[in-house]
Amino acid sequence: MKALVYVGLKPGVLDPQGRAIARSLNDLGFDEVTGAFQGKVIELNLSGDDKDHAKARVTEMCEKLLANTVIESYRIEIED
Amino acid sequence: MKTAVITFPASNCNRDAAMALEKVTGRPAQMIWHRETEIPSDIDFVVLPGGFSYGDYLRCGAIASRSPIVKDLVAKAEKGLPIAGFCNGFQVLTESGLLPGALLRNKQLNFVCRPQKLTIENGNTRYTSQYAGLKEVIFPIAHHDGNYYADDATLNQLEKEGRVVFRYAGNPNGSARDIAGIVNEGGNVFGMMPHPERAIDPVHGGTDGLGLFKSIIESI
Amino acid sequence: MAKKKSEITPEIVAEHGLTPEEYEIILDRVGREPNLTELGIFSVMWSEHCSYKSSRRHLGKFLTKGKRVIQGPGENAGVIDIDDGDAIIFKMESHNHPSYIEPYQGAATGVGGIMRDVFTMGARPIALMNALRFGEPDHWKTRQLVKGVVAGIGGYGNCVGVPTVGGETNFHKGYNGNILVNAMCVGLADADNVFYSAAKGVGNPIFYVGSKTGRDGIHGATMASAEFDDDSEEKRPTVQVGDPFTEKLLIEACLELMATDAIIAIQDMGAAGLTSSSIEMADKGGVGIQLNLDKVPQREPNMTAYEMMLSESQERMLMVIKPGKEKLAYEIFEKWELDVALIGKTTDTGRLVLKHNRKKVCDIPIAPLADDAPNLDRPYVIPAGQPVLSHSEVWETQDYNDALVRIMSHPNIASKRWIWEQYDRHVMADTVDSSQSGGDAAIVRIHGKNKAVAITTDCTPRYCYADPYEGGKQCVAETWRNLTAVGADPIAITDCLNFGNPERPDIMGQFVGCIEGMNEACRAFAYPVVSGNVSLYNETNGVAIPPTPAVGGVGLIPDLEHFATLKGAQEGDTLVLIGETEGWLGASIYLSVINSREEGAPPPVDLEVEKRNGDYVRSLIRGRRVHAVHDCSDGGLAVTACEMAFGSNIGMQLSRSNDIPTHAWLFGEDQGRYLLAVEEHSVNPVISTAHSKGIPAQVVGKVGGNRIIADGAFDVTLEGLREKHEAWLPALMNKTDA
Repeated sequence: MKALVYVGLKPGVLDPQGRAIARSLNDLGFDEVTGAFQGKVIELNLSGDDKDHAKARVTEMCEKLLANTVIESYRIEIED
Repeated sequence: MKTAVITFPASNCNRDAAMALEKVTGRPAQMIWHRETEIPSDIDFVVLPGGFSYGDYLRCGAIASRSPIVKDLVAKAEKGLPIAGFCNGFQVLTESGLLPGALLRNKQLNFVCRPQKLTIENGNTRYTSQYAGLKEVIFPIAHHDGNYYADDATLNQLEKEGRVVFRYAGNPNGSARDIAGIVNEGGNVFGMMPHPERAIDPVHGGTDGLGLFKSIIESI
Repeated sequence: MAKKKSEITPEIVAEHGLTPEEYEIILDRVGREPNLTELGIFSVMWSEHCSYKSSRRHLGKFLTKGKRVIQGPGENAGVIDIDDGDAIIFKMESHNHPSYIEPYQGAATGVGGIMRDVFTMGARPIALMNALRFGEPDHWKTRQLVKGVVAGIGGYGNCVGVPTVGGETNFHKGYNGNILVNAMCVGLADADNVFYSAAKGVGNPIFYVGSKTGRDGIHGATMASAEFDDDSEEKRPTVQVGDPFTEKLLIEACLELMATDAIIAIQDMGAAGLTSSSIEMADKGGVGIQLNLDKVPQREPNMTAYEMMLSESQERMLMVIKPGKEKLAYEIFEKWELDVALIGKTTDTGRLVLKHNRKKVCDIPIAPLADDAPNLDRPYVIPAGQPVLSHSEVWETQDYNDALVRIMSHPNIASKRWIWEQYDRHVMADTVDSSQSGGDAAIVRIHGKNKAVAITTDCTPRYCYADPYEGGKQCVAETWRNLTAVGADPIAITDCLNFGNPERPDIMGQFVGCIEGMNEACRAFAYPVVSGNVSLYNETNGVAIPPTPAVGGVGLIPDLEHFATLKGAQEGDTLVLIGETEGWLGASIYLSVINSREEGAPPPVDLEVEKRNGDYVRSLIRGRRVHAVHDCSDGGLAVTACEMAFGSNIGMQLSRSNDIPTHAWLFGEDQGRYLLAVEEHSVNPVISTAHSKGIPAQVVGKVGGNRIIADGAFDVTLEGLREKHEAWLPALMNKTDA
């Protein structure tokens, strides 16, 4: 099984990297870009086949290490 | 008086911190490896040094803050052990929850290294009492992720309780309310992005950092 | 038996950068047709990068010995004695081509590689420098390259925790298609605990330590020896990626193991990775080597022997350990969470034998890889020097305020703060002076002692282009002068010789001319070359870079009570100029900026005068006769005075001391000169002693106020000029593309 963990800054936390990306895209003529947010994807290879259990465990991993919940939020996708 | 410096893989200001402690206490600091599980009970003051623990991978200070030694550090902090974190050490302290807030990428996105003027916001803490009314100091800064962030309620509380110890005079990284250094509620845990340990010798261009070390050592 | 069909076609030979003649030698030495792995090994060992085939015979001319030299060229880095049992180990190296293709990783791995060269020999790295050359500021690629290279250097050095204390950055159209990234590392070791690469003894275990091997940079060494064309960007996948975290662990682990008595020989895996490291160790030790490639820690599945031998994955070392010390080595590397593997042993066969998947995949004699490497005598023509320009051939500005502002904000003179503020300059807490002051040389204290090393890098490519021989002399002389200007005894240099295609006689002539000029200066100053690197084929679409022999100099300040910087000038001080001013404007900054001309003979360097003037200035510093010192170089007296004014944060007033034309007086680049800020009561003794030694010395102005003034020429405020000086680079880098 594979878990994909998307971690990004919470709304309202200044994201200077995202802002730089948006500004640069605008400069390149992509005027439709009104905002950009840079996060990260963490791919986990997991043993076992119980998806619900896996999701609970990965949530715990996010809370304990993968995300800093003071500034970051996360989203988990479990794949086969 | 016994002091200690914790060394994580890729700490790189551990020697600088130890030199500062030795200069002020007259005794060499004990170096504690991150895999140790306990801070020896006779240690009076612990420094979390600057550097790039674990390559700053995942988030600055995140992996170090989950190491065995930090677990014991958190327990001892609650019992009042004085602990200071500079630069990466400050990041470890916020990641471990010993200090509120977080350090984000600098607003201008670049690493910044320069002598930085700071104002002493609270001269009555265990880390500033020896500055004797001095209002400004200059410490070097050298960081990529020093942009202090906390929500407004936390910032208001820090200010109300006099826990903002240093502010930047001329904000170099976008930190909320120019905050450079803070203490916890108990006043024993202190963190700042600037490097007082690099301002203890005339060859550094100034010795403003000595006051900070003298203050905490005097208070013990 | 039917003859087996040849696996190695002439096309394969050519793709490996080998000539048919070279391939014939390989057939002879191997005694049969080599397989692809064996051919690959010969190819990288005989590449320009590893064999120095175009340059070797000329490098041999250099002065390489001296009373403080512990180890000259030929090892990973040079080693010099700085007394009290301390040794300094240093080297400069290029990472030009990788940095052009992928600026962040190219520059980062350049820094990583040069640090490994230094700590491989037992030194803790204590300082980094870099010499960077970019194309024109408004060239479409320049900003992206500056940004990436600076971030890469900072990203690596800052993380490892070694201060980047100085360097130089130039912009010139000659580098539009081929930037130069030269990194220098200086380390500190115990003089009696220096490690070398000769693998002595038979049957000794060979350890692999550090990161796993991936398919990075396969054929990087051959890439660095080939010209660029517009398709070069497609070579991107072969660029190596650096991991400063692993490097930091590797430093600590190696130094910990070196403190024990376990290592016989050690070599970092740089260009040509496992191939060159194993062969160099075996060749120097006069032994054979047998490796089992199955034991090599691998990052990707199904790697071939060819790939493993040619991979340039970073942060890897090879070492020969004393039998019985294996357990200790494992313990230390495992403590630092590094991959470690016993992959082979030394043998008495004199051959490199490789096994992979239980098969022998390589069995070749080692000696020919080094001994029979091509040693070419390429034809060369040293370009004729350019005519000397008289004062009247150089147009004199009618507006000196404007000229001064233009020069002080010109790309090659303007402040590089935007760059060096991204480098941690004080980590390790021993930095005494760095780029921050704009001074002549960085000063780094020897930890725990009251002495310091002074470090500088210099090169004036426009002089080398105008006259390779004089330019070569000048590069070495300028480093010597810069070390002297802070009060150090210059000891030795490292060099990074960046040139175009050596197959062209005029380029080869630049190379030979520069080396001969450099060597003459080395001999005049007893200032040997102890390490270095050659980077050829720096050209794109047939256009070569200006000849750029970057020189890194190291000197010793024996007592930190006696040194100088340009920061100490005080109100009321008198400005004294040591050295003769004729007002040399050929090949000058003034000519280039104000006349838009790049021509004329460069200023000659009289080595005897240079030495006499410098020795005198050093004696003044040691006798505490001066408040501030700055060497006169690019932009002449005016720029020197402005830089001292910025560093000391005080005004300067220059007054006429001769009757040469004003532009020549202020902006002439005569060599062998120093500007001193001297306390009033010391002025007479300083000048009269100089005169008694036959050294030109004269009062050229006063320190004070908040303006920068030259009689009958310019008059501007210090702050206004500083603003212009500081503004240029941030304005360039913050510009957004339309």
